[in-house]
This record gives sequence, C-alpha cells and structure tokens, in this order.
Amino acid sequence: MSPPLPPRRKADPLALPRQALMPQGGRSRAALGLAAMAAQGRFALQICAACGAAQYPPRDVCHECLGTELPWRDVPTGAALLGETTVHLSGDTYFRVRTPWRTGLVALDCGPSAVAHVHPDVAPAGRARMSLRLDRSGQGVLLALPERDSPNMMDDPMIREMTCDPRGRRILVTDGRSAFGQEAARSLLAAGAAQVFLGIADGWKPFKGQDNLPGDAVQLDLTDATSVSELAAEFGGRIDIVVNTALHIRPGGPLDRRDLVSAREEMEVAYFGPLRLAQALGPTLRARAADGPYGACAWVNIHGIDALAPAPGFALTAAAQAAGLSLSQSLRTSLAPIRVLTAFVGPLEDEWHQAIPPPKVTPTALAAAIVRGLREGLEEITVGDIAMDVMRRWRDNPSTLARERAG
Amino acid sequence: MSTLAAFAADLLAGKIKVIDLTQTLSPEFPTIALPPMFGQCAPFRLEEISRYDERGPAWYWNNFSCGEHTGTHFDAPIHWVSGKDLPNNTTDTIDAQNFIAPACVIDCSVQSAENPDFILTVDVIKAWEAKHGQIPAGNWVFLRTDWSKRSGADYANVKEDGAHTPGPDPDAVKFLVEERDVIGFGVETIGTDAGQAHGFTPPYPAHFFMHGKGRFGLQCMANLDKLPPTGALIVSPPLKIKGGSGSPLRVLALVGA
Ligand SMILES: [Zn+2]
Repeated sequence: MSPPLPPRRKADPLALPRQALMPQGGRSRAALGLAAMAAQGRFALQICAACGAAQYPPRDVCHECLGTELPWRDVPTGAALLGETTVHLSGDTYFRVRTPWRTGLVALDCGPSAVAHVHPDVAPAGRARMSLRLDRSGQGVLLALPERDSPNMMDDPMIREMTCDPRGRRILVTDGRSAFGQEAARSLLAAGAAQVFLGIADGWKPFKGQDNLPGDAVQLDLTDATSVSELAAEFGGRIDIVVNTALHIRPGGPLDRRDLVSAREEMEVAYFGPLRLAQALGPTLRARAADGPYGACAWVNIHGIDALAPAPGFALTAAAQAAGLSLSQSLRTSLAPIRVLTAFVGPLEDEWHQAIPPPKVTPTALAAAIVRGLREGLEEITVGDIAMDVMRRWRDNPSTLARERAG
Repeated sequence: MSTLAAFAADLLAGKIKVIDLTQTLSPEFPTIALPPMFGQCAPFRLEEISRYDERGPAWYWNNFSCGEHTGTHFDAPIHWVSGKDLPNNTTDTIDAQNFIAPACVIDCSVQSAENPDFILTVDVIKAWEAKHGQIPAGNWVFLRTDWSKRSGADYANVKEDGAHTPGPDPDAVKFLVEERDVIGFGVETIGTDAGQAHGFTPPYPAHFFMHGKGRFGLQCMANLDKLPPTGALIVSPPLKIKGGSGSPLRVLALVGA
C-alpha cells in the first residue's frame, strides 16, 4: 500500500525549485495514437482489421499478417506482471530525480507483451489492471495498476506525475459570476483543493449566488488586460491549476445580427480572454510544474461542442468556440508540461438555451466531469449526451457532421 | 486690457481655479447595465503596445477601447430618438461655441443620501431659484448628489428591479428646457435620468426632452461639491467623432478663487 501524500509544506525560499523537465517526447505517428487514447482515458490499442491481432507497440503493419488497416479499439485491461525492474539510477534528466521508479514486463490479456510503468501496489508476478496515461511530455504510456484500487493508490508519486488531482492544490476558477464557475469551485473544494480563488468580474453588478460564494473571491475579468495582469502579479505564484469557466454562448447566426458587438464579446471571452490569462499566468505556472508533489499541473478550458461544427441556432458563438479550441491545442505545447484539459459541452442549462430542449449540461455535471478529468489526468472530456453524440459523429466523419449540423 | 487678456491674467495669477469634474477612465468603472437582450456599451479597456521593451525600447503607449458612453461622457442630441433629425446633432457638427458655458449647480446631496431614488422636481428647482436667482438661458444645470463619492456596487446601486439613482422627473426636464432654455443637464450618476426612469412617462425624460430640443447631457461627473451654486464656467468639448452620439471627455470647471 502506498504511503499517503505528505502534507503540503511551505517552499524553502532559498532553494531552487526542481526544474520542470520532461520525459522523452518524440514518437512515431502511429505511437501518437496512444496519446490520443490516453487523452480520453481509454485503454485502446490498434487491432488488425484483417486478423484481429492487437498491436503493441503501435505500428503501421500488423505483426501477424502484414495487414495495414489497424484501427484503434478498446481492449480488455487485464494483464500479468511477468518481471520487473526498479530503477534507482538513471541517466535521463527527468527520471534521475524521480527514482526509485518501478517498471516491468507485462503480458496483456489482449495478446502482446509490453514494457510498462508499474505502480508500487501491483503484487510481484501478480495480476495488474492496465491503463493508458499521459506522461509529463504529453505522450501516451502504459501504467500497470493493482487489480483493485488500493488505499492511497492515487497518492503515489509515479501516478501523481501522470495525473492532476485537485487534492492539496490551489486552483483559480475564472468566472464566479456563473453557476458553472460557482459549482466548479464547490466541487474542487470538495475534492480536496487546498484553496480556490474564484474570479469575479464587474463586482458592482449583482449576480446570483453572490452571497454564498465558495472559495476566496478575487477580482478578475478576462476581457480586461489590467485585471488579468493584476491577478497574475498578486496570486500567479500560488496557482497550481487554472479552471477557466468563462463562457459566453449566445444564440444567432451571421445574418441574425446587424453588427459585430456580440461577436466581439464572444471572441473576447472564448479566445482573447484565455489568451490574456495564458500570457499572464503561463510562464509562472510552467516554471512551477515540477515543484514537489503539489506542483502546478493543469489548465482547463471549456468549449462548446459547436467548436467542431456550428449548429444553426448558435453559429456565431461556434466561431469563437473554434478559436478558443485552437488556442487550447496550441497551449498544450506552449504550457507543457502543464496539462491542458479541454472540456466539451453541449447546450448549457442556462437562460441563453431556453429554446433548446433537454438534455442540457448542468453546473453539477460539468463540475463533476472536470474533477474526474483532473484526477485521471485526461486532456479531453465530453460532457452531456448531446456533446457526446456530436463528438462521436465528428470522429466518424467531420465533413458529414458539418453538413448534418448545418441542416 | 481686453476681457480675454484679463481672464488669462487672472488664470495665470491663480485667481481662477480649474476644477476637474472627470472620473478616471478605468476598466472597472461601471457602465450602464441594459437588459441582456439589448446591445451593450463597451467598458473601458487598455492594451499595452509597448513599455520600454522589445516592442518599443524607448516608449510606452497603449491602445484603448470603450463605448461613446463610457466613463465621464457627453451626450449629443442624436443619442436619443427624439433628437435624431435635428441639424448639427452629432459630436462633430455641434457648434463649438456650446462647449464652454456657465453652470448652475443644484445641491440635492442631502436628499440623495437619504433616498437613492430622489427625484428632482420643478418645486425643488424653484426653491433653488428663490435663493440663487433664476437659471439664466444658455446655462448648464448640474444636479449635485455627491454620488461620485460612492464607488463600485454602491455607485451603480443596481438591485433586482434595476438601478436606484437620483434624477429628474419629466416636468422638471421640460421646465428646464422650455422655461429656462438651458444648454444641457449634467449629473454624477451613470445616466442623466434617474435609475428608475424607465418607468416614467415618457421613459428617460432627461434624454427624451433634452436631446429632443437639441440640448446636451453630461454624466458620471465628479467634484460637483467643489462648485459654487452659480458662476462656474464649464469646458466640455467631446471628441470630434464623425457622426458620434457622444464621447468620453475631460470636463473642467473654472471658478473664481
Ligand atoms: Zn493482422
């Protein structure tokens, strides 16, 4: 059983923090598929369409029949630990300051054998439950877990390197004016966050829930460069996770309006705001990414699923959502090793979606999904039936989806 | 000595003081909050272009953006539908002679402190005139409420049923325009109209009647408590925006020392 996470201690002001180095990041195109599956929390491997053989490591040609059609499919997670090595000395700049590090050879129930990271609670020569995880360089890696959850399993330093558990961390939730921001803050505190800074814009304007705000309210308006830089100056060094809940989703297509006022507001909130915040907080966050067991680790952005293809009723918002999504994707590289988690949402349960029938995404559902995504160390979550349906069809064929949605 | 030379000499000698009636243009300053289905006035925003850095090694400057009606600002007659067809009704066509004019300051700070929904009536104006004389034609009338000493939520004072800030009733505005021929009406609050003026008949009478007769508005002013009841000279030229309905501006008052 893993020892519990040590309590958060104040940093030694004279010590140079551990540098935010990353494990080897280069991968073949085929192997990037592992990261794509890990990003969603799936345990999937390439399965040969011709002979059904599971492939590992990822490749371009089937190891059994030389077939070239190797789609990614979810596979059983069971495995047996055949042998193991615990590394105490490493020449790798990332691993050498993180030893001891347990690795092993596992026989996957779906066929192949693989070298994997092995959680300390996996019994020697015992059964294991495999998972695909993103390492700090954002690459997909195999992690063997004990067959059943063990006490403090998620406290182990190895798995903490691969996840972004809110427990013990200090978190900025950007928009506390909305129920979505308030509920996210509440859920993160319930998940053990050490502190939640809850951003409030236009404090002079009353809003629902203002008398019962979770966390510590701070002035923050992502559309205001001054406000963002003031927040970064004051709290930047104390933020481990950013959860950007600023959403500005309004109905209307390009010809439903006579001006750009609303479109600009949407771009301000969905694109310029997060960009401003990333410029202000990003460098500090990145520099603190290896700062002990509670180092900075994640950035969450929320995008309307319309970012993938516009629906007629909300077509203009979709453009801003697409811009925001593109920013999230480039932040993955710029902020690394900070994990960027994109949460796709369908229609929200708010006053701007009155004409949309349920199911709609509630503040509670979104907050729960964000907490789960952080705990699992995911890069992509899709919240709500509508968003999941659109995502499924987008994966199947983006061009078809665009036409379907436009219809 | 000509009048103007005497004035300049008094100014240089400190016999005339310049009082700044302007709020600082800052991002957090409240703007008018309309119901969400209406178009919104942009708040003030500042984006740095360079600050003695790689973007410009020896100079500091910013881009700024805001609405025409952000911060301390001037309302031109075209701002309201009642003034839309008047000649010279935009910030670029109003005769510049209008931008310097004397002001009468009606002090309602005590009443406004007691009642945020204080309403300026003809009776209040006539009571002021009984003490200070009739409001001369071509004067500004400023409503002093000391509202500018509030900030943030207290300043906007928005509740579930809208804003609660002082302002004039329709008869008072008509009286000022038709009986006193004022050049405009100025206030410390976010609008020349009371916070609850959407419920008046007509709604927003200060906008409706002032602009309908080609008069002007000044809002979000400060330091009205430093002005005498009569005799201050107001300098209030808006930016010369082509076809503009108003603009943020610096409002100055000249008063005898
Ligand atoms: Zn095959």
